[in-house]
Amino acid sequence: MIELEGLTKRYGEKVAVDGLTFTVRPGIVTGFLGPNGAGKSTTMRMILGLDHPTAGDVRIDGTHYDRLEDPLTCIGALLEAKGVHPGRSAYHHLLCLAQSNGLPRQRVHEVLDTVGLTAVARKKAKGFSLGMGQRLGIAAALLGDPRILMFDEPVNGLDPEGIHWIRTLMKSLAAQGRTVFVSSHLMSEMALTADHLVVIGQGRLLADTSMAEFIERNSRSYVRIRGPQRERLLDVLHQAGITAVESGDGSLEVDGSKAEYIGELAARHRLVLHELSPRQASLEEAFMRLTAQSVEYHAHTGVSAPPQRWGDDWKRG
Amino acid sequence: MSTPPPPMPQTAAPDWQAAPGSPYPTYTSPIPVVRTHLGHALASEWTKIRSVRSTMWTLGVFVLLVVGVGLLTGLVVSSADPDMSGESPLALGFFGLLLGGMCIITLGVLTTASEYGTGMIRTTMVACPSRGRVLLAKALVFFLIAFVVTLVCTTLVGFLHVALLEGHNAKEPTGEEWLKGTLGVSLYVALLGTLSLAIGSIIRHSAGAITIMIGAVLAPLVIALFMFSSSLADVQQALFEYSIPNQMSIFYANSLSESGPSGWDPLWIMLVVTAAALGGAFALLQKRDV
Repeated sequence: MIELEGLTKRYGEKVAVDGLTFTVRPGIVTGFLGPNGAGKSTTMRMILGLDHPTAGDVRIDGTHYDRLEDPLTCIGALLEAKGVHPGRSAYHHLLCLAQSNGLPRQRVHEVLDTVGLTAVARKKAKGFSLGMGQRLGIAAALLGDPRILMFDEPVNGLDPEGIHWIRTLMKSLAAQGRTVFVSSHLMSEMALTADHLVVIGQGRLLADTSMAEFIERNSRSYVRIRGPQRERLLDVLHQAGITAVESGDGSLEVDGSKAEYIGELAARHRLVLHELSPRQASLEEAFMRLTAQSVEYHAHTGVSAPPQRWGDDWKRG
Repeated sequence: MSTPPPPMPQTAAPDWQAAPGSPYPTYTSPIPVVRTHLGHALASEWTKIRSVRSTMWTLGVFVLLVVGVGLLTGLVVSSADPDMSGESPLALGFFGLLLGGMCIITLGVLTTASEYGTGMIRTTMVACPSRGRVLLAKALVFFLIAFVVTLVCTTLVGFLHVALLEGHNAKEPTGEEWLKGTLGVSLYVALLGTLSLAIGSIIRHSAGAITIMIGAVLAPLVIALFMFSSSLADVQQALFEYSIPNQMSIFYANSLSESGPSGWDPLWIMLVVTAAALGGAFALLQKRDV
């Protein structure tokens, strides 16, 4: 069990993590979701005692991380950065970690086998692909057979087969009664693995809910309507007691209503419709709506205005 | 990915039992829980230092320089049929060791700083949250390796020089001269490396820390060489006397000056400086984020 209480991290003026309070429970996979730069990795580093919190507290099974006497049998972590000396072999990397915690040497062979790196155990880590590096990190996390597992973006760089493998692995680890805490910036990925969801944006807690509840609340179904007589259409819908919301591109969106009913309504009033389509908002959209206010790095989707005449831009330059 | 599909974890059957005071069932590993101590950290650091090629390279070049340059010096001097006029032949070992010292500095810096460059430090600190223990283990393991290798090399070169210069009116080295020229100077070089290790931990950047250490070894001497103004004579004298090459040469009793540190003084100076640097590295390690 991981307990966070008002956990805060400031870098000068910038607040990376802002008063996070939540609990990660054993027996289930808890997804830790947020856009890039939301503070997921910083939070995980503070849980592991690598970064000192500016304020607040975080405890592992009731203890501070630096007070753990058997850290690797308590918690295993895969951090975003590779954290491996490129000149050291996978075997020696795991061996030095095992020795630092007095773990039997046999465990090194076991975890290498678990992640499928036995064949390359004596090869230097610098020759590893992104996916192999990720597997080595997972092997290090599993080394102490810990009660708590933390994975920072574990599917990064894995191929579909590897992604499937890690999903199954996380679920089976949770089913054994372990605490599994996984960060990701992909809602779709979390929907497949997590039982519980913690969403943060700009360091603040946005949601702490079960996955089922999140899906129920956010899988919004709506009908998209487009027609040339927009004002008339709005009036008709209004009279029928249906609230329509205007979406950006001039179409209307009606929550929950049946497309058939709206079509018949339009026909009765002799209204032309160009589009009438039932839609289902994806969880990804729900996640984006939730974090829209807190995305730190917005990509600029609009292209800059084209030059008036051909060659204008370079003549000016 | 060229690896075959990995099997699922073959961990022991799930052991469901409620932890006392917790409403949730938790997993209990069949692996015995061990309370970690410094011994574990030492074993881990020993594995780390011997499993990277840079250790073999730096120590290999060190041996090559100390023994190679020592042998060359000995051969050149003996072939010139010199009159040593009662000088100790051990003094000829100084040149190789001064050059070899750079390798020890490099290895010392790499022991700590390379972990920051590769991100390994996070893995290390997660496995051993007691940061002081990590630094202490690194320093102890490195110091022992550097000391043993230097001691073997200096002793070998010492015997070589005594044998080569026999009958050239060279002085038979006394017991204390042997002690200073082997054990003393080896302790000094190992401490110099440990100082580099502390600087590596403070700077957290291999190239930066190596530059600082090479500068600390060479700069005082080079600056002093160009201090022609008589008003700077005292400063010049102090720079000469306390420069690291001169401190090293004191172990061979051929100092640049008559005043200044003598006997075993350089060892005590280096001990104090290294302890202070390690103390600083320890304080920063506790304070900073990894």
